[in-house]
Amino acid sequence: MKGRRAEQNTTIPSSRGTRLSLRLAVAALALLTSSLASAQETLDERIDNLVRPAADWVTSIIFYPIPLGDVGVPFVLIWLILAATVFTLYFRFINFRALKHGFKLIRGDYNDPEAAGEVTHFQALATALSGTVGLGNIAGVAIAVSLGGPGATFWMILAGLLGMSSKFVECTLGVKYRNEYPDGTVSGGPMYYLSKGLAERGPGFARLGKVLAVLFAIFCIGGSFGGGNMFQANQSYAQLVNVTGGEASWLYGKGWLFGLVVAAAVGLVIIGGIRSIARVTSRIVPFMASIYVLSGLIIIVANIGAVPAAFGAIISGAFSPEGVAGGFIGVLILGVQRAAFSNEAGVGSAAIAHSAVMTKRPVTEGLVALYEPFIDTVVVCTITALVIIITGTWNPDVDPSAGVQLTSAAFESSISWFPWVLTLAVVLFAFSTMISWSYYGLKSWTFLFGESKASDLVFKLLFLAFVVIGASMQLGAVIGFSDAMIFAMAFPNLLGCYFLLPVVRRELNSYWSDLKAGRLEETNR
Amino acid sequence: METIYLVGVDGSNCSDRAIAYVMERARENDGKVLAAHVIEWSPYAFSSPEENERRHQRREQELALAREEILAPILDRLSEEGIQGEGLVAHGHVARTLVRLAKEHEVTCLVLGRKGSSRLAQFFGSVASHVVQITDRPVTVVP
Repeated sequence: MKGRRAEQNTTIPSSRGTRLSLRLAVAALALLTSSLASAQETLDERIDNLVRPAADWVTSIIFYPIPLGDVGVPFVLIWLILAATVFTLYFRFINFRALKHGFKLIRGDYNDPEAAGEVTHFQALATALSGTVGLGNIAGVAIAVSLGGPGATFWMILAGLLGMSSKFVECTLGVKYRNEYPDGTVSGGPMYYLSKGLAERGPGFARLGKVLAVLFAIFCIGGSFGGGNMFQANQSYAQLVNVTGGEASWLYGKGWLFGLVVAAAVGLVIIGGIRSIARVTSRIVPFMASIYVLSGLIIIVANIGAVPAAFGAIISGAFSPEGVAGGFIGVLILGVQRAAFSNEAGVGSAAIAHSAVMTKRPVTEGLVALYEPFIDTVVVCTITALVIIITGTWNPDVDPSAGVQLTSAAFESSISWFPWVLTLAVVLFAFSTMISWSYYGLKSWTFLFGESKASDLVFKLLFLAFVVIGASMQLGAVIGFSDAMIFAMAFPNLLGCYFLLPVVRRELNSYWSDLKAGRLEETNR
Repeated sequence: METIYLVGVDGSNCSDRAIAYVMERARENDGKVLAAHVIEWSPYAFSSPEENERRHQRREQELALAREEILAPILDRLSEEGIQGEGLVAHGHVARTLVRLAKEHEVTCLVLGRKGSSRLAQFFGSVASHVVQITDRPVTVVP
């Protein structure tokens, strides 16, 4: 996930003192010339003030600090990590023992040739990944390392490994309880497994399931407008301004223009049905992700001598950090938080994307989904962290709100033109995340309001409006509110998952015994 | 043993030439003709969630379209001529899928039209040349 509350203020590009004079000049100019701008500012403030009490209330519940030692741990983090740990133990470390088989499933070793042309495991995973890999991997890690030191990486990896079990549970349920319509389309996700799955357990559970499903759908719509949309528009615009010269950039102050362009592109895909754009993006995004990973690996290999020391710093920093607020627990929180925000394990969003796969055994998609947090957090986030640590770019004095800029600087120290590539990557990642979240939001919207062309269009237009708002305004409270909504999704989702664990276990046991007894046919030679 | 020909068809001129050729051969030795159309598809392609949701539906549409537009006219021609015929449609890598179908149906020979003869076509290769390289059966390429 790309929603991160700590980064709200990065919409102000670079706050370094050297640019102060320039900024003053710009501010003076703005004051002199534009009365419109000041009118807009009051509008910003008015909206901000309007939603702030509600936003603060929701945020204070979701991120309610549970005192642990002398630090407060946000409630939602405990909720996420507890579920991930319980699922890992309940399924006897499925996240490790099924890795090999999961890989074979992705490679297509068990694909039925008769089902050629259907959605494969690989495609479902790739689609889900393009919704999760993004700003969280680039900026979130930088924040964790700059605030918590190298040790935060250790806890991030650990949380990523545990999160694999959450994804396994969600995605198995997503496929098992999806709706298959007579026209051949499918819809799945927490809304369906919460309502249908719990209903199987009796009339009392049916009511609970319905309540949880509706809550999930509401939070998901909120998340799709916020973290999956406004936040993306906002952050990609900030990076674009930053790389084109900060306040001197011709784009500076033209967030609305950027927002309109992005909204037009998103609109062409989701309303215009211009699939070629979606198709181009879906090919470019994995390509950009590969470039990012490759560049990171090149930097790591070039500094291979510094790698053992970096790992040493990661491990020693994890248990005995120096100069980090909250000490050991403080570092742990930072790592876990960034992992959860990056891979969305437990949030339930990925289950929507995974459920379109063609398979007769729902649990196979769960096993494939294990790789999502693995690739996102254990591989990509670790590469980012290593680059930041070995290039020595991290230091406690760096403004932690400038997440993307920090990663950008780390790569720049080895590859001078990399910030441009990174900017392109950030914009494309943001775009693909918006496409994914518009889908998640729409599925929740139709779950609540029924499927019709008119209601689809209402949602999509609202979604586009939020793109422009996100890029052009600095609505701290609104973004904070919608970020909280994304995390709120984890409450109904994981609560339902606990009740449905026996279902997943039955599926897994019957599949695993078939596998061990050689009753599953390998089709790829 | 019955002679079975597998002819790759895609509705183009070059596949028409292959069909004309295979019909002649089938008439000569009372063989059977399998007309196979492969819809280019990769299990590793990237797609959006919305595309995935409709994939099953689209697949059915693609298969139906191929049967109606490409295979039906060929099968009509075959039955008019009194030749035993069957149509096959599948998704996948064109050359590899043709080779797989040939093996599964234990065909005697594959018949394929060749699209181009330009330098560019030689450089990139064609379905026919790819099939020739990987199949375990005789292939006839119709220019």
